[in-house]
Amino acid sequence: MVGYVLRRLLSAIPTVFIIVTLAFFMIRIAPGGPFDLERPLDPLIMENINRAYNLDKPLWQQYLLYLGNLAQGDLGPSFTRRDFSVMDLFRTGLPVSIQLGAMALSLALIVGTALGALAALRQNTWIDYMVVGTATLGITIPPFVIAPVLSLFFGVMLGWLPAGGWGGGQFRYLVLPVATLALPQIAIIARLTRGATIEALRSNHVRTARAYGLPTRVVVVTHALRAAMLPVVSYLGPTAAALLTGSVVVETIFGIPGIGRYFVQGALGRDYTLVMGTVIVIAVFVVIFNLIVDILYAWLDPRVRYD
Amino acid sequence: MRDPILKVRDLKVEFGTNDGPVYAVKGIDLDVMPGETVAIVGESGSGKSQTMMAIMGLLAGNGRADGSAQYRGKEIIGLSDRALNRIRGEKITMIFQEPMTSLDPLYKIGRQLSEPIIHHGKLKRSEVRPRIIELLKLVGLPDPERRIDAYPHELSGGQRQRVMIAMALANDPDILIADEPTTALDVTIQAQILELLADLQKRLGMAIVFITHDLGIVRRFADRVYVMQKGEVVETNDAEVLFTAPAHPYTQMLLAAEPTGTKAPPPPTAPVLLEGRDVAVTFRVGGGFLKGPAIDLKAVDRISLQLRQGQTIGIVGESGSGKSTLGRALLRLAPSKGAVRFQGKDISHADREAMRPLRHEMQLVFQDPFGSLSPRMTVGQIVTEGLLVHEPHLTRRERDARAIEALAEVGLDPLMRNRYPHEFSGGQRQRIAIARAMILKPKIVVLDEPTSALDRSVQKQIVDLLRDLQKAHDLAYLFISHDLAVVRAMADHIIVMKEGRIVEEGATAEIFDHPREAYTQALMAAAVDQTRFRRSA
Repeated sequence: MVGYVLRRLLSAIPTVFIIVTLAFFMIRIAPGGPFDLERPLDPLIMENINRAYNLDKPLWQQYLLYLGNLAQGDLGPSFTRRDFSVMDLFRTGLPVSIQLGAMALSLALIVGTALGALAALRQNTWIDYMVVGTATLGITIPPFVIAPVLSLFFGVMLGWLPAGGWGGGQFRYLVLPVATLALPQIAIIARLTRGATIEALRSNHVRTARAYGLPTRVVVVTHALRAAMLPVVSYLGPTAAALLTGSVVVETIFGIPGIGRYFVQGALGRDYTLVMGTVIVIAVFVVIFNLIVDILYAWLDPRVRYD
Repeated sequence: MRDPILKVRDLKVEFGTNDGPVYAVKGIDLDVMPGETVAIVGESGSGKSQTMMAIMGLLAGNGRADGSAQYRGKEIIGLSDRALNRIRGEKITMIFQEPMTSLDPLYKIGRQLSEPIIHHGKLKRSEVRPRIIELLKLVGLPDPERRIDAYPHELSGGQRQRVMIAMALANDPDILIADEPTTALDVTIQAQILELLADLQKRLGMAIVFITHDLGIVRRFADRVYVMQKGEVVETNDAEVLFTAPAHPYTQMLLAAEPTGTKAPPPPTAPVLLEGRDVAVTFRVGGGFLKGPAIDLKAVDRISLQLRQGQTIGIVGESGSGKSTLGRALLRLAPSKGAVRFQGKDISHADREAMRPLRHEMQLVFQDPFGSLSPRMTVGQIVTEGLLVHEPHLTRRERDARAIEALAEVGLDPLMRNRYPHEFSGGQRQRIAIARAMILKPKIVVLDEPTSALDRSVQKQIVDLLRDLQKAHDLAYLFISHDLAVVRAMADHIIVMKEGRIVEEGATAEIFDHPREAYTQALMAAAVDQTRFRRSA
């Protein structure tokens, strides 16, 4: 198993390298640059800036410079936020996004699987219909609708919770953004769990367990739910990576200082280093979480072995 | 006379469906005496499995059981799960048709075997291991001390069925219900499992209820037989009496349903249509980036054969022997090495384009009559699809005429050509698949287990149909099957395959009556019940 993990981590290096390369050239193909303003700068100033940021060098030299710095853990200075390096921005923003994402992920996992399993066990009753109906609604309403509605209702009209802001990560400030992030995931996980549980309950080995007089609790928990968790675990990999690297919508609407905003802001402002940094962070998260999922999967399902 | 331990009276099973209720079992009576072996025989849909599922409380969600089933005088129909759990798994146990999926893939077999023992309060979790090893020894699983920690996927189908039998015996049951316990297994394994069950019954004395469509098993093992048809018991009697003097026409039909007759070889002057020389197919397993070297698996290992016009070569072997792969390689549907000649022309290196004009002369019929017909096309469209490729000049009207002709030839009402496959039974679907092949007027048809998914009585009809078609069109068949009774009736030449190689080949009568190789002898011995039965019937 250790060998497998090492091999996977090694094989992640070329993956990330390819992503970095593609992102590097794609963002530069986009017309415009980080210092293009509505009123063009004086060409002399422009030249100075370009020299300061190495933008005057040929593209391949810039690329090699970037790779060299990256190998030393330096993501470069941000082009649009003077005085901040990309690393500085992540150092303050990433913990915020991770805290928010981790809470949303835990909430979605617990509530989603519980609702899904409940619906499966009460298939074709009103409980089932309620769960499926709510889940469908949760999937169809986009977060940019949920977020302002929650903020308006609980923050402005009822005044129970802050309508926005981070408040240093106090719980009151977390409730609404976590809910916004978690709701669609709860819906998806509930549906996944429901389907997988129904299938597991119909499987031959569950029939065997029932035929041998095992108590319903053992049949459901030991033999049906563990099998039903397999597709949920697969889904969690990319989802966890997406949630933990922050959400543009939630962070913008609730005014949260995470890193989700940087991706869009960086791309719009042609902040080359910021975009590259965000891409790298997301890529690394995806690689890591897919690995975690594969390890979890092997632990859950003995038929999967990687050695 | 002793009291029956299981007494079933007027048992009914119905399923609620969108098209209204379906009555699977229509009020049957059945008794099981202590220690006897009862067989419930019937074709698919006769309700034989659902009867026992109802007694075990295992009906699907939309199923409902009515009537009475008493275990030692105690009513068990309508019992709550909790009350039923005191009986099932302890007094009445069951093994199933699907050994591959009946065990939970996520747990070690030792743990799964321990569950019924622990939950019925026989032993504590800490004491159960020696008992499980003892059980695994009892059912003849090799190396039980190590296998107790194996996962189901690490065992073969036969071994998994042995584990299921061990589970069934764990609490010393009074009744063991065996629902088609050997149907999914290879013929040599089938024989071993049946021997094991018979031997265990002798030693432990429980009653066995065999649910089966296989009359060979019934004749060999059962004391009494219930014959079921369409949810009703049509005949019941002692096994000896039933086999010598069947009273009900349905029973007589079942007994006569084994395919009979033999096929004469074609004249030696018949031209060779298809010739394979040193045909080999290897599959590459594993390998890839950072994963170490790949292993080459020889599915077909240098096989040579000649198929003449009017000839049927039967290819026999257990699952994994490479017989289907050989058939596909000869039709150039699987990449292979060696030489393949069709009507004297070398097609070893013919690509898809080059093969296309030849395809209509070499057709293929598959085992699965449910999966091999597109559910979204009408029967007429399915049957004429090949004509669109091979005879594109035909008008719609001409194609339709050909469809009518082909369907009539396989014994289907041509008026049915506007219906969809799901409206047909398994046997009818296999006729449709045959019509799809025949409409192109092929010279060679590869038949890959064409009767394996069908009931015996339907099998016989398909075998008769295939023989009639062969006679009418002087066809050559490559008949791939694990079912020796069917092969014997169809083929004039037999190739026995094992692990990709030819073990033995020769004329059908020779192979059946004087098998030379040990493996062929083992295959024959395992199938002997069926053969012996056919000779006496």
